[in-house]
Amino acid sequence: MDQNANNIKNVYNSKTLNKKVFKATTTLQSSRIRNLRKLQGQNKVSTFRMRGGSLWQLGQSITRRLAQSDKKPLSRRCFASEADLKKTALYDFHVAHGGKMVPFAGWSMPIQYKDSIIDSTVNCRVNGSLFDVAHMCGLSLKGKDCVPFLETLVVADVAGLAPGTGSLTVFTNEKGGAIDDSVITKVTDEHIYLVVNAGCRDKDLAHIEEHMKAFKSKGGDVSWHIHDERSLLALQGPLAAPVLQHLTKEDLSKLYFGQFQILDINGSTCFLTRTGYTGEDGFEISVPSEHAVDLAKAILEKSEGKVRLTGLGARDSLRLEAGLCLYGNDMEQHISPVEAGLTWAIGKRRRAEGGFLGADVILKQLQDGPTIRRVGFFSSGPPARSHSEVHDESGNKIGEITSGGFSPNLKKNIAMGYVKSGQHKNGTKVKILVRGKPYEGNITKMPFVATKYYKPS
Amino acid sequence: MLKVVFYGTKKKKRKAKPPNPFLVKSIIILISRSVSALPLSLPDCCCCVSAFSLCFEISTKKMAARFLWASRVASHLRISIAQRGFASVVLKDLKYAESHEWVKIDGNKATFGITDHAQDHLGDVVYVELPDLGRSVSQGESFGAVESVKATSDINSPVSGKVVEVNEVLSESPGLVNTSPYEDGWIIKVELSDAEEAKKLMDSDKYSKFCEEEDAKH
Repeated sequence: MDQNANNIKNVYNSKTLNKKVFKATTTLQSSRIRNLRKLQGQNKVSTFRMRGGSLWQLGQSITRRLAQSDKKPLSRRCFASEADLKKTALYDFHVAHGGKMVPFAGWSMPIQYKDSIIDSTVNCRVNGSLFDVAHMCGLSLKGKDCVPFLETLVVADVAGLAPGTGSLTVFTNEKGGAIDDSVITKVTDEHIYLVVNAGCRDKDLAHIEEHMKAFKSKGGDVSWHIHDERSLLALQGPLAAPVLQHLTKEDLSKLYFGQFQILDINGSTCFLTRTGYTGEDGFEISVPSEHAVDLAKAILEKSEGKVRLTGLGARDSLRLEAGLCLYGNDMEQHISPVEAGLTWAIGKRRRAEGGFLGADVILKQLQDGPTIRRVGFFSSGPPARSHSEVHDESGNKIGEITSGGFSPNLKKNIAMGYVKSGQHKNGTKVKILVRGKPYEGNITKMPFVATKYYKPS
Repeated sequence: MLKVVFYGTKKKKRKAKPPNPFLVKSIIILISRSVSALPLSLPDCCCCVSAFSLCFEISTKKMAARFLWASRVASHLRISIAQRGFASVVLKDLKYAESHEWVKIDGNKATFGITDHAQDHLGDVVYVELPDLGRSVSQGESFGAVESVKATSDINSPVSGKVVEVNEVLSESPGLVNTSPYEDGWIIKVELSDAEEAKKLMDSDKYSKFCEEEDAKH
């Protein structure tokens, strides 16, 4: 780790770094500016905001800020609904860094910052990204029966997990469909830490609570604690480990993909999981909310600007490139984990024993094969978006796209969706209908961009 | 007679210098302290900033450097400035439609594309859907689309006519719509069928006001 730390200092000295950061963020701006200067010379240009550009605006902002100094912190948009959106501990930090805030699952979250979504996505895989995912819900299950209790709700082999390891799993319903996907970690035999999606928070907590009551009434010992006092940050990319190593004394080279540790980072006790939603090596750090801003600042400073704050727009592009499901698009109440290609997440013992909601439906699908399967697509023309129909070469509908977009790293259109079993082989040529017009495409395996998880060699 | 020399009267040609980091830091500290501690009057603060801005000559690199400096100051002061530090551009000799397309009329031929304001809001363009040659379009009708990473926007025709040329380069480099919306990022050229329709479009001043009003609503 020290080797890596020195490497950062040597290779990325501040002069070259600033130039590169400068170049990356202003390539688009400088070419626009060049074109505008040309037009200025031809005397054809008028600007409708005042002259002086950014510095004038800075002056104006300061003026506005002073005028509003006794009011609430700066909020340039005045929608009434803005007040209803929840804010993470890093909200002001995002705004200060030029974050474009949008409503997401009842929270005000940054979709992008000063750089474009494409630049952010590429930067994550080249350097690294810091995401604020504090909108997601972290909770702990405690008690000597917490493991058997959770096994009634998820498909994972929780008992078989070694302490300090975790896995992606799916909460199922009676029909074998997915209620939500989640990363669960067995901290000890009497403590499980799990993170669920922000959009499913109310649904999941109600579901867990209902089953917990029933379980307890039969004499089970389980209780829960929802970690609203903590904020989750995701640090992803090749520089994630070297940068985080600067902030903690523990040896991160011994923490492999899927493993968990409670340790001191930057002076506060954090829950650290080596996992992520981008396909890159990285961590999800659960930090007490009062220290979240300090930790974010420390991470950005230690990376000398290479690791950038990244918004949800780039996060979506990254997870699509990694072939990961987005609940609400690629997984829903009526789609089972087998159909979604998550058979690997169903523990071997669980496949034999069942014991989770919808086990009969899922075990039957494991035996007979599912009727539809999730696959990846490449396509030409415009990027295929969700709900675009997939047809075979003869024009018969064989499936539907559930997520799609342009891949900044591969520079082509990628998508994922479901097709009828039998038509799902890699290389199958398809036609995807975008805005009524068919475009050529083919089925391909996922992930689109190879994953770089840190696993023991 | 004492020869009195008034310093600063001779206009020296100053070499453009990059911002002195110590000067920048001291001004930032000065401004931040004054903003947080004292009830500073508005003109003083703006004076600090505008006086500083006079030190620089305008050039491509300088503009970008100023933008970067301004962003750093802003982040230190915990305020946000518009990411598009350089204002949206509106060209004087073009006509504009409310759906953010520009038209350049040359006799009975018209060229159109989307405005700087539109491409700014869309983000990085990844695909432009072009119409077929020979297709007829009518004013206000959608003839294609511009897709960015996160959004798709229809392009409406500001005038009626027949498509005579499309910008094939956009299939390879859709990013031209972002970098050069009025020149290399032109989308199609049509032969006008009704020259009177152009009068219904906005000129640059009206369009600028229209954009300002739209932005103010958000």
